[in-house]
Amino acid sequence: MAVCVAVIAKENYPLYIRSVPTESELKFHYMVHTSLDVVDEKISAMGKALVDQRELYLGLLYPTEDYKVSVFPNQLCRYGYVTNSKVKFVMVVDSSNTALRDNEIRSMFRKLHNSYTDVMCNPFYNPGDRIQSRAFDSMVTSMMVQVC
Amino acid sequence: MQMGAFSKLITDVLTLVFQKFCDALTMSPTQWDFPVELCCRPMAFVTLTGLDVVYNAVHRAVWDAFCANRRADRVPISFKVLPGDHEYPKCRPKRTSYEWYIPKGILKTGWMNKHLNLVPALVVVFYELDWDEPQWKEKQSECATRVEIVRLENAFYEHAQTYYYTEIRRVKSHKEFLNKTTHQLLFVRHQFKIAFFSELKQDTQNALKNYRTAYNLVHELRAHETNILEIKTMAGFINYKICRLCFQHNTPLDAIAQFRKHVDLCKKKIGSAELSFEHAAWMSKQFQAFGDLFDEAIKLGLTAIQTQNPGFYYQQAAYYAQERKQLAKALCHHEPSVTYPSPDPLETQTGVLDFYGQRSWRQGILSFDLSDPEKEKAGILAVQLKERSVVHSEIIITLLSNAVAQFKKYKCPRMKSHLMVQMGEEYYYAKDYTKALKLLDYVMCDYRSEGWWTLLTSILTTALKCSYLMAQLKDYITYSLELLGRASTLKDDQKSRIEKNLINVLMNESPDPEPDCDILAVKTAQKLWADRISLAGSNVFTIGVQDFVPFVQCKAKFHAPSFHVDVPVQFDIYLKADCPHPIRFSKLCVSFNNQEYNQFCVIEEASKASEVLENLTQGKMCLVPGKTRKFLFKFVAKTEDVGKKIEITSVDLVLGNEAGRCVVLSWQGGGGDAASAQEALQASRSFKRRPKLAAGEVHWDSVVGQASTMIISRVPNISVHLRHDPPALTNEMYCLLVTVESHEKTPIRDVKLTAGLKPGQDANLTQKTHVTLHGTELCDESYPALLTDIPVGDLHPGEQLEKMLYIRCGTVGSRMFLVYVSYLINTTIEEKEIICKCHKDETVTIETIFPFDVAVKFVSTKFEHLERVYADIPFLLMTDVLSASPWALTVISSELRLAPSMMPVDQLESQLDKVVLQTGESASECFCLRCPSTGNVEGGVATGHYIISWKRTSAMENIPAISTVITLPHVIVENIPLHVNADLPSFGRVRESLPVKYHLQNKTDLVQDVEVSVEPSDAFMFSGLKQIRLRILPGTEQEMLYNFYPLMAGYQQLPSLNINLLRFPNFTNQLLRRFIPTSIFVKRLAHPDLIRADVSSIF
Repeated sequence: MAVCVAVIAKENYPLYIRSVPTESELKFHYMVHTSLDVVDEKISAMGKALVDQRELYLGLLYPTEDYKVSVFPNQLCRYGYVTNSKVKFVMVVDSSNTALRDNEIRSMFRKLHNSYTDVMCNPFYNPGDRIQSRAFDSMVTSMMVQVC
Repeated sequence: MQMGAFSKLITDVLTLVFQKFCDALTMSPTQWDFPVELCCRPMAFVTLTGLDVVYNAVHRAVWDAFCANRRADRVPISFKVLPGDHEYPKCRPKRTSYEWYIPKGILKTGWMNKHLNLVPALVVVFYELDWDEPQWKEKQSECATRVEIVRLENAFYEHAQTYYYTEIRRVKSHKEFLNKTTHQLLFVRHQFKIAFFSELKQDTQNALKNYRTAYNLVHELRAHETNILEIKTMAGFINYKICRLCFQHNTPLDAIAQFRKHVDLCKKKIGSAELSFEHAAWMSKQFQAFGDLFDEAIKLGLTAIQTQNPGFYYQQAAYYAQERKQLAKALCHHEPSVTYPSPDPLETQTGVLDFYGQRSWRQGILSFDLSDPEKEKAGILAVQLKERSVVHSEIIITLLSNAVAQFKKYKCPRMKSHLMVQMGEEYYYAKDYTKALKLLDYVMCDYRSEGWWTLLTSILTTALKCSYLMAQLKDYITYSLELLGRASTLKDDQKSRIEKNLINVLMNESPDPEPDCDILAVKTAQKLWADRISLAGSNVFTIGVQDFVPFVQCKAKFHAPSFHVDVPVQFDIYLKADCPHPIRFSKLCVSFNNQEYNQFCVIEEASKASEVLENLTQGKMCLVPGKTRKFLFKFVAKTEDVGKKIEITSVDLVLGNEAGRCVVLSWQGGGGDAASAQEALQASRSFKRRPKLAAGEVHWDSVVGQASTMIISRVPNISVHLRHDPPALTNEMYCLLVTVESHEKTPIRDVKLTAGLKPGQDANLTQKTHVTLHGTELCDESYPALLTDIPVGDLHPGEQLEKMLYIRCGTVGSRMFLVYVSYLINTTIEEKEIICKCHKDETVTIETIFPFDVAVKFVSTKFEHLERVYADIPFLLMTDVLSASPWALTVISSELRLAPSMMPVDQLESQLDKVVLQTGESASECFCLRCPSTGNVEGGVATGHYIISWKRTSAMENIPAISTVITLPHVIVENIPLHVNADLPSFGRVRESLPVKYHLQNKTDLVQDVEVSVEPSDAFMFSGLKQIRLRILPGTEQEMLYNFYPLMAGYQQLPSLNINLLRFPNFTNQLLRRFIPTSIFVKRLAHPDLIRADVSSIF
């Protein structure tokens, strides 16, 4: 299950971060923030190829962190995704019980992207503002309970 | 933060990190560190005996040859010199049966050292053979020795290998005696020994294979709380060996896979809950050791990547160290009355353990049941009390700083920042607040610039605690300002508390302690704060806010992008507070690039310190949260600043009072802080409709700053008119009449005129345009293209003045002319008299054209067009002057100035004097010229110049005439051999004799044979030679006389004269016809009326 879902603006500030309430929110903020190192590196390494192939999924960002002691006793994987407008999605997934396949992660990101697109299509939403959308919230909630 | 301070800080932090790293190196080994004999590279152990290295130089040389400067290409042997009578460890009697043997542990602590340093694979005995030879022999043998040493060494090495081979065989041979139930420990031990001997034998492949088997065996052991430490210790050792060999074999992925497996297998094997901090310590050590191995491999050439580098392992090691600290805190929290048990359960007889990983108070006991619970309790207590003396923070910080160094190297700036935050927090826990602040302050800007407010708030909160505990006033205020600001994600109650503290500090009182601080530290801090108060009086803190997000926002906005100097400059300062409660300020002042204006832009209120707390929401000097306050400023610009930019360099807002403590928030330029640029961008994109506000209030987002304005001159109140008759004609004195009329209400003075070619056009125009005020004389090159600052006096209201300008343009084309009128006027603004300089300019584009189109042609005396002229034969030059001017021109005179090669045939008088040409009219002139023979000149012969002297008909008498010079075309001159001209009357009369004389001139240097014949004509009878052949001498002429008798009236063809030159067959009658007339008009018998009619038909 997803334990944290984040949308990051092109300029790398957070547009949306939600994490499971059982854990310290701060730890997830740090986790998402540090993931941007790899996201940045992947985007710059892929460069033009990324644009050409329309491959938005960045895959596993860090090797599975299964020894997060006091932070989280489970196996956490961080995945990344980048839209054409360089908005990034970062998802932290707990795979200690069920290992998710790449395809499942991809489809979760696609759902997230679709929902994000809906937010952007809202004429009252100003691109670059923090996302405050009930529809988006409930979609993220569904992803957080979905698999567990 | 300033650049200098910034780099200093980086240096500081790096020094700190380095220092920590050095500390780590020099720290004494702890229980958790791997033994040296495990971590070293095992090498064959060979002892040399019989060498006296202290007193015998030769022996010393032999020893040095073996040991000194061993390079990597030499065989791996560890040499040791021992005396010949050295006693080696005794070989214990090998058992022949394991039937009754029960091992007491897995691996003895002395075993590795024994085989590395005590039991040699080979003992080399040196004998000195005394040959009584002279000294040179000795030298020779020494040289030979050196050469031989390598060979000897290899021999030693082979012997050593054989030794270890037999050792392996020997250990393997024990296997068959073992059984699975009682000898489980021995399986591991033997496997380990085989692997270790293989390493000594330098057979790393087999060593790896055997270590892997040993690793699997160790996990097959029955684990229980009593032996779990021993199992983990051995697993850790073997894992270390495997990872090390994998890196050595350049298979880092195998090493990583093994390590992950190791961690997976061991992380749950916590063992005794009361000693769970030991497990964390052990885990931390595993990660750290792997990180070290990884880092070492990188130093030897392995490449790591961003997502797989030693940093992660140090980071995990640090996390386990943190866990160890927390567990230790929870488990080792004994009452002070609890004393360390006596006798010390951690003491052993020998001072060391017999087996790795066993408990000192029950060594060699294999039973899972605790035979002596009391002893066990004492042992646990001893371990717990020992743990209390461990400085956990130091371990954590060292590991974190190792990780920071790695992440910095592998392009993970955010990970680095995150770890530095953790380091800072750890320093905070360790009560080293200075270092904590240094680290936190350093990384803060990274989070701020990327807009991660939650993280920034968390860091600021820790930083605020540090600054409180150290009573660092300026830092305390700075962090409070930001924690109260809009970037802070603190709840309102927290903000409220911080604001209250801030106000207390400004009133020279102590703030309340921050929550969750160490009680002792708070006590110290309270003393420090009390001391600070006594120092009050000079506490003014200026804080530049552009690098952070304070709780007051500021925008400056000039009312217009430019102001005329005769109106006051106005601007607004907008302020908005984001804190939970209203706050008063004592002063607001603005600074400009021209500091003279600063004094006019200050708002100050002599408020007492006690009033800061009062809730005067309506007060002028009070900021209400969320409301935008506007402050209007006004000043009169200096006349010297006309044309200059006035910029706001800073806006200073003073909180507090100089009697207590003062904080000056200083915005550079027209306001704005670290977050406002992004906010302004978002606001500009937003379509949101803003709710209506009460009159006079504004929305913060709708205010767009304007931090600079231009001072421009007063609007002129005069008119400038230009009168002239375009286009200008080349070289004429073109007249431009400037009329200046004052519409000002007061007299203006010092009126000055600048006029002429507008600067900035084609540079060539400047050379060919000249301006003067005096039209009576032609201006030359020395006149300027632009006349500047011509004083024209003063003007009273309604008065006007005129000024004539003359412009001479030397080339055709269009030009822009500028007429610029400046003047001074006294005016009053804001009860202040100033002298304004005003100016008005007009530009006009004037086309210059050539006044005439002049056409020139050459014709024969018969007015026939000539392609070329003949030497010495007269011809006509015709000029045709067509006026191109839209205005009437008077040609004063014209002149033909001939080239030396041309001769006039008669006088060259002008025929155009005083002729007036209207537009499109033309005037022609005709001159008879002759060109002497010149020989063949390429391109023809120059004719000369035609000069027309003219002026506009409308121009005044005293305006000088302009001469326009036209260069006449060149003409080709050709020589002819014979020239014929005829003398004949202008007309004939019917039946009256008409005498005609032909002159034949020989123009050559030769005697010419000429055939002349005259053909008969119906209109004439004639007498004379009809056909003749004659000779003409060079330069002479021959006359032929004929008497024609016309028979018919009218225009009649003369009997044609044919001439044939025998020497010049090219000379044709065609050419001849150019020179002599071919027809003549014949009149009837005299009758006056008829004569008149005939005359008119000729012209």
